[in-house]
This record gives sequence, C-alpha cells and structure tokens, in this order.
Amino acid sequence: MDKKAAGGPRVCRKIDSIEDIVQQCLNRLQTLQLDGITDQQKAEYKKRKLIAEVKINKFYITKGSNFSLSLSKPEADLTADMISSGAWKQKTFKPYNFEARGILPASGHLHPLLKVRSQFRQSFLQMGFTEMPTNNFIESSFWNFDALFQPQQHPARDAHDTFFVSDPQYAHEFPMDYLERVKEIHSHGGHGSQGYKYDWKLEEAKKNILRTHTTAVSARMLYKLAQQEEFTPKKYFSIDRVFRNETLDATHLAEFHQVEGLVADYGLTLGDLMGLINEFFKSSLGIDKIRFKPAYNPYTEPSMEVFSYHEGLKKWVEVGNSGVFRPEMLLPMGLPEDVQVIAWGLSLERPTMIKYGIDNIRELVGPKVNLQTVYDNPICRLEK
Amino acid sequence: MPTIGVERDLLFGALGKRYTDEQFDELCFEFGLELDEVTSEKNLIAREQGSDKAEDASETTVYKIEVPANRYDLLCLEGLVRGLLVFKEKIEAPRYRRVEPKAGDPQQLIIKPATGTVRPHAVAAVLRNIKFTKESYNSFIDLQDKLHHNICRKRSLVAIGTHDLDTIQGPFIYDAQPPANIKFRPLGQTKEYSAVELMELYSGDSHLRHYLPIIRDKPVYPIIYDSRGVVLSMPPIINGDHSKITLNTKNVFIECTATDLTKAKIVLDTLVGLFSEYSADKYSIELAEVTRPDGSIVQYPELSYRHEIVAVEQVNKRLGINESAESMARLLTKMCLSSEVIEGGSKLKVEVPPTRADVLHACDIIEDVAIAHGYNNIQKTIPKTNCFSKQFPINKVTDLLRQDIAAAGFTEVLTFALCSRDDVGDKLRKTIEGAHAVHIANPKTAEFQIARTTLLPGILKTISSNRKMPLPLKLFEMSDIVKQDKEKDVGARNHRYFCAVNYNKTPGFEVIHGLLDRTMQLLEIPPGQGQEGYYIRDAQDPTFFPGRCAEVMVSGRPVGRLGVLHPEVLTKFDLNMPCAALEIDLGAVV
Repeated sequence: MDKKAAGGPRVCRKIDSIEDIVQQCLNRLQTLQLDGITDQQKAEYKKRKLIAEVKINKFYITKGSNFSLSLSKPEADLTADMISSGAWKQKTFKPYNFEARGILPASGHLHPLLKVRSQFRQSFLQMGFTEMPTNNFIESSFWNFDALFQPQQHPARDAHDTFFVSDPQYAHEFPMDYLERVKEIHSHGGHGSQGYKYDWKLEEAKKNILRTHTTAVSARMLYKLAQQEEFTPKKYFSIDRVFRNETLDATHLAEFHQVEGLVADYGLTLGDLMGLINEFFKSSLGIDKIRFKPAYNPYTEPSMEVFSYHEGLKKWVEVGNSGVFRPEMLLPMGLPEDVQVIAWGLSLERPTMIKYGIDNIRELVGPKVNLQTVYDNPICRLEK
Repeated sequence: MPTIGVERDLLFGALGKRYTDEQFDELCFEFGLELDEVTSEKNLIAREQGSDKAEDASETTVYKIEVPANRYDLLCLEGLVRGLLVFKEKIEAPRYRRVEPKAGDPQQLIIKPATGTVRPHAVAAVLRNIKFTKESYNSFIDLQDKLHHNICRKRSLVAIGTHDLDTIQGPFIYDAQPPANIKFRPLGQTKEYSAVELMELYSGDSHLRHYLPIIRDKPVYPIIYDSRGVVLSMPPIINGDHSKITLNTKNVFIECTATDLTKAKIVLDTLVGLFSEYSADKYSIELAEVTRPDGSIVQYPELSYRHEIVAVEQVNKRLGINESAESMARLLTKMCLSSEVIEGGSKLKVEVPPTRADVLHACDIIEDVAIAHGYNNIQKTIPKTNCFSKQFPINKVTDLLRQDIAAAGFTEVLTFALCSRDDVGDKLRKTIEGAHAVHIANPKTAEFQIARTTLLPGILKTISSNRKMPLPLKLFEMSDIVKQDKEKDVGARNHRYFCAVNYNKTPGFEVIHGLLDRTMQLLEIPPGQGQEGYYIRDAQDPTFFPGRCAEVMVSGRPVGRLGVLHPEVLTKFDLNMPCAALEIDLGAVV
C-alpha cells in the first residue's frame, strides 16, 4: 500500500498472480486425489476444520451353515425342564472354560499333626502293639524319674528343665514295697549294680510334675506286668503330650508329642531292637536307610540314637532315640531276670515339620496356627 | 549333653594323626561322641559376648564336641585323646597309681565338726612335679569348670579347689565359721575382705553370684586354711589368692569339699587321673590323709580298680553277636576296660578303672562291647514276640469321632495344654478357684500358670489369630483337660473333652446345637429324657449370654454346656463377631 500517492492511498499489486495451494488441495481432496498431499497438510486442514477424515468399513456377508431367521441365546447349562421336555436338543450351550478353578466344597478338616499321629498309631497297631493309657499329664517324680533309675540330683530334674506342680504339690500314694526297693537300688545298689550311693529322699520322689516323657507310663505298665502271676510278653506303644521347661525357640515349645514303643520278652537282643526300629521307620515314614550311634540315657544301656539319611539335605539327621532298659529299673519291679525290655521313641512334631516344610513350630501347634495350611493340608502319606 | 571345645591342631597333635573334618566326625560317631561344630575361639566369643570383645581372639579352629553326660573322663582334651588313642589301640590304658610321698609325711586335711551342718565331706590329693604349659593349664581350669557344672551340680554337691602346694604349709584345716570371722584376700583381688563383704561383692559377679545361695544363709561358712592361717579357699565360692596356681606351679594340692561323698571321690579321681599325665612320675598321684571329725583317717584318692565278671555267651546273647572270648576281651580293652579271658574262655574278668565311674552294672560293660564291635555291624533281626494289638478305648472313640466331626464341616485345632489363670477365670467371667485347676510352680511366663480346665480359651485364641480368614470359622478340638482329683495317686486326672465353636456374623446356636445332635447320633445316644437318652435344658453360666445357654444332659447327668458366648468374653479374647460354643466331657458320655 502506498500511502503517499496522489489522490489518496493506493493499493498496488505486489505480485502478478497468486496460487491458492489450500484451495487446490481441497479441490483435489474432494475427488479423493490423495497423492502429493502430506500428512502435515492433512492434519492442518483438519485443525482448521476444512476437512474431516471418515473411515468407511465394508463387509461382504453370505449365509453360514447355522443361518436361521429366528433369534436363539446359548444356554449356560441343562435344566430339569429341558431334560423332561427334550428341549435340550434344540438348544446351544455356552462352552465351558476349563482353565478356571472349580468351587471348593465346604469342608471340615483334621489337624496336620494329628493326621501324622493317626498314621503312627496305625503303624503300631499293624505291628501288634497295644496302646498304653497315657491320659495323665500330671505325674509324680517317682514314676517319671526314680522308677526309671534316674538319680535325684540329675540335671533333668532341675527346675529349669521340668515343670513342678505347686497344687497339688505331692503325690500321696505309692506301692510302698516297690518304693523301698527303688530307694535301695539308688542308694546302695543291688541286683548286680553299684547303685548311685547317695541319700535317696522320699520327699523328692513325691513331688508332682508335668511329665517330661511318656516313659513314666511305660514304667507303670511294666510294674503292672511284673505283678502278674506269670509273665507274658508284651508290645506297648503310646503317642501323647509331654512337657519340658526348656528355652523356647523356632523349633521348640514347652509341650510336644512323644511317640514311644517297647517290647518286653525273654531273650531280646540289641539286634532285635535295631531290626524292629528299622521295620517301624520303614512302615511309618518310608525310611530304609538308618544308622545307629552310641548315646546315653539314664534308664537304658545300651542306648542308641537313630539317624536316617535325608536326601534333600544330603546328610544324616537324628530321627529318634532308643535303648534297652537297665536292670536297675526292671529288677526292682519284679520282672524275671532274663526278660529284656527294648524301647524306642521320637517326637511327632519333627517328622511333621520336615514333611510339610514348616520352619516355625508355632505355625503348626497352638493358637497361632495358620488355618489356611490346615485347610490345604493333603492326606497324610508319610512315606512320600 | 555337655560340650567341650578343643583346638583342632592340639587335638591332632596329641592324637598323632591329622583327620579331615568328615573323618573326625566319623570317628566321633563310632565312639559315641558328636562333632557338634567346627568353629574358632573368635566366633565363640563373638557369639556369646559380641564381636567387639572378639577382636583379639584367636582364629585357630576349635572343635566343639558333645560328650555323653555320664563320661566325666572325656570332659577335657587329655581325657578325650586318651580315650580315642586306647580305642584306636595306639596306646594301652594308663594305670593310675596312688603313691606315698617320696619325702616326709603325707599332706593332711583335718575336717572339723562344724562343717557337719553345712558341707560335711572332703577329700584331697597331691600332684607332684607337674609341668604345666599354657594349654594344659587352661585345660586344667576348664576341666574343673566342666566338672563343677555337671557332676557337681553347679558346685552344690562338690566344689574343687586347686592350690600351689609350695605357697602353703600343711596340715590343712577344713572348718566352718561364722561369716564375720572369715577374712582373706580372694583370688583376683588386691585387698582382704570378710565373708560378709564377699557375699556383697560377688552378688554382682555374673559368674559367681549363682553359687552364693549354697551357703549364704547358713550360720557358718566352710573355710580351709593352712597351719599358718593362710586361707586356701571358702568353698564353694572362691579360692584364696595366696595359693593360686600359675604356669610355674610344680606341686598341686587338690581339695574337694562336698555334700555327696561318692561324687567327691569320683571328681577327685577323675581330675587327678586325667592330669597325672603331666607329673614327672607319669600317672602317679601322691596320697593325702583326711582326718574326719570322729577321728578316723582315710587316704585319698581312692583310685579303686574293681572287677566285674561277665559271661561271654550272655554278652553275645544280649547283643545278638558272636564274638569269641579273646576278641571280646580285646574290644573291651579298647574301651579302657582292660579284660582277660578266664575259666577256659567262658568268662571275662573286666577291670573297671577309677575314671570309668559310669560303669555301674554289667549292662554298661555290654554296651561298651557293642560300641567297640560297632553298632552298625550288628545284624538286624526281628523279635519273635507275637502279640495282638489293642487300642485304648477313649483314644479309639476319639479317633473315629473326629473324622465325622470334620466331615460335618468343622476344622480341627491343636492348642496348648498349659495356659494362664485368667484364660479359664477372668476371661471366661468365672473364678480361678472354681476351676479346680492344677497350678504350675515354676512357669517361665504367664502363659504356663495352670494346666487347662477347658478347651474353649485355646479355640478362641486360635480364632483371634486367624481373624482375617473367611467366615464362618467352625473349629473343634477333642483333647485332654486336667482337673484336681483327690482319688488319684497324684491328685489330678485328665478328662477327654470335646469343644466346638461357630464364629460368624450370627452366633448360630442352631449350628452348634445341630452339631451336638449329630455327635449324639454318631455315639448312638438317642434323644430323650430316659435312662439312655440326651436332652438339653436351660442353664445359667456366666461365660454364656443370659437366656442363650443350655446344659447337656446324658442319662440324667450333666455332661457339658452349649450356648451363645457372652459379649464380654468375646472382647476379652479380642474377637468381634458373635460366637456359639459347645463343650462336653466325652469320657462321661462314651
């Protein structure tokens, strides 16, 4: 624009002709000639609302095999009506999703440890053993220790290993002549034994405790057996709760279950005990590789610890304890001299924890049990 | 099981052979020991006292070996090595000899009557011309510690005192005097203290304070002093500093005071037997004379060797092996029980040395034959005992019944037999007195105050720990509770109880009642008020919500309760949903 021209401002042509590219493109787009038009241009025109891109889908349809002029919905499942009317023949059924889980039935469950107990119980019963009456948690020191030739100053009778009862503090009834014989063998020996040569005190024997082993019941049963007119061989077992006042940790509680088996007969040998233990572990736990190690128990001699080879850990682990009861225990009861009593035992918790891979015993026993593991626990096949 | 720690290199040096850890483990297994741990002094101190205290400790390998609790002769390196070398037949078992002093009279220890009330017995002996090294000195102290801890029952039965004989002058007096009259410089201190002050001083000592109660409240304290009034020791607490033994000590006077004479003799025999290997006259121990209050004089150490005769055939029979008399004698000799064949090969004369106090009966000898033979060399046989099995009736019923209770949709739990007084008292809105519970004298925590008198608290605690589980929670337990019972010889008895709980948005009395009906059906007890039948009737019980509690009657006798739990009980057990429960005495019903 020239503002200073004569006769007022004048607008002059700056260039001779213009080329309206947008107009040209729009014309071409109208006839769908898309070549030469960049995406950038298309985007700009769309922004300026000059063009709109519309997608049109075309389908070719033909009649399929299931073509029908009427509407039908696929069924979820057969119903009683369909069956009686035969309508199922005309229906289509939704396919099942076999990948999905089913609905778990509402069930009750048995406790994993007690399932293991049932298996051990069965093993013993199958081997001809009789179950001892172990329904007495409270025991006198006499039956728990003294009758078993465990001396009165033994560490295990300490307050830090044993739970003593404050009420009722003392037991008040004992077979007195037997008690005298026990006193004699502790303090002076006899029956071929040196004895412990200390002052045996009735006061100490009367003290009530929570039993530290079910061997106390075995002692009672052997005493009863010895009172029979004539000796008959016996095979006894028990699986029940015992109590130890020891330090608690991830694998130890104050109470646990002891499994015990014993055989009383004439002429039993150490080889018999080993063979019996072998059969027992084979039948109950499917273990066939076991070794024996010399050990010490106050009431058995010889004593043996039982080890089995753990394939997973690749080492020998202790699985139980065993021994031949000492004459100092059996002879004062009145059992015949060539009757030998062989016995072995283990805890119920240990094989259970190993089998189910449980590290902390509190997840298995007691109120802090994880109920989900109880719900999910499989049938108890110990040999697996 | 007692454990000893021995430096591996010292051990192998003494054994005259190097083993790998596995080989030594195998040797231990054969002998009846257990190689518990392969560690170092540094690790041990770090574990017990913290890694800062372990800074300067040695890193040399230490074997921690577990030793049978009745083998006092294996509680130190010397004894262990001796046992293993004899076992491997590298040496013969030493012969311990009690000898008269080469010059002069035997050392004398006179026991005064006053000791009778507090610590009546004492024994003594002398180790002559000893040569200690740092290792053997430490071992000597360690062995006393181990013996104190084990057979001496933490010094309460026997206390050992060892003294440099050249610093003291006999005869020695063992007396008991009022604490105020006792004054001496104890081991490790620079000034004198009275016994009263020592009680005060050591009450803060982590090691010694445990022994103070043994004599603290007695009117007189034991005291041993020499002819010049020098105090040797105040057993069982502490020795005097004057007579302490050092690396330079050549002659050791050993005294053991005790409340159990047999154990004192065993301890003395063990200590002198094991360390007499360092005497110039090897394995000889100089006797000492102990004069008792009644005037009698006894010479110690006893070092008695005794003989047991065993029949070869009987040993073979007991074990199920077939050793000849000669090989059996050799096996026993390997176990430090020197034996010879007598009576034409039918019997063995077995010598039991003073260091084998664990041998009480022929069965101990039989075990040693088995160990030397090798337990795992014994053939496994099956006993011919033929018996028919029998179940204990209440266990049989329990095992059958619990299957069907689980089938009825309830989940079994296993709870503790011990609980707190509150669990059966206050938390159930009842009194502890009414429970007739058995009380524990020495519980470590409040969780073990009594034996449970009902299964209910255990189940409620289980629900509380599993609150996040989907509802309903239907739990049961069939197990023993304990109640006092004067009729039983021990004054208490177990009862087999059955308890079931339904925890849900609604209490579900009808669910629990239904379970009771099902249980009775399973036990073949018909409904009805007759001789044989069961029924429920309204009852008042503080544990249950008023108007929603019933008593279960079987054959006209009450056997249990069921109902909706009182909200306060729920709150006390940290539960927030309503709950119905059933508990019956199964033993009374079957």
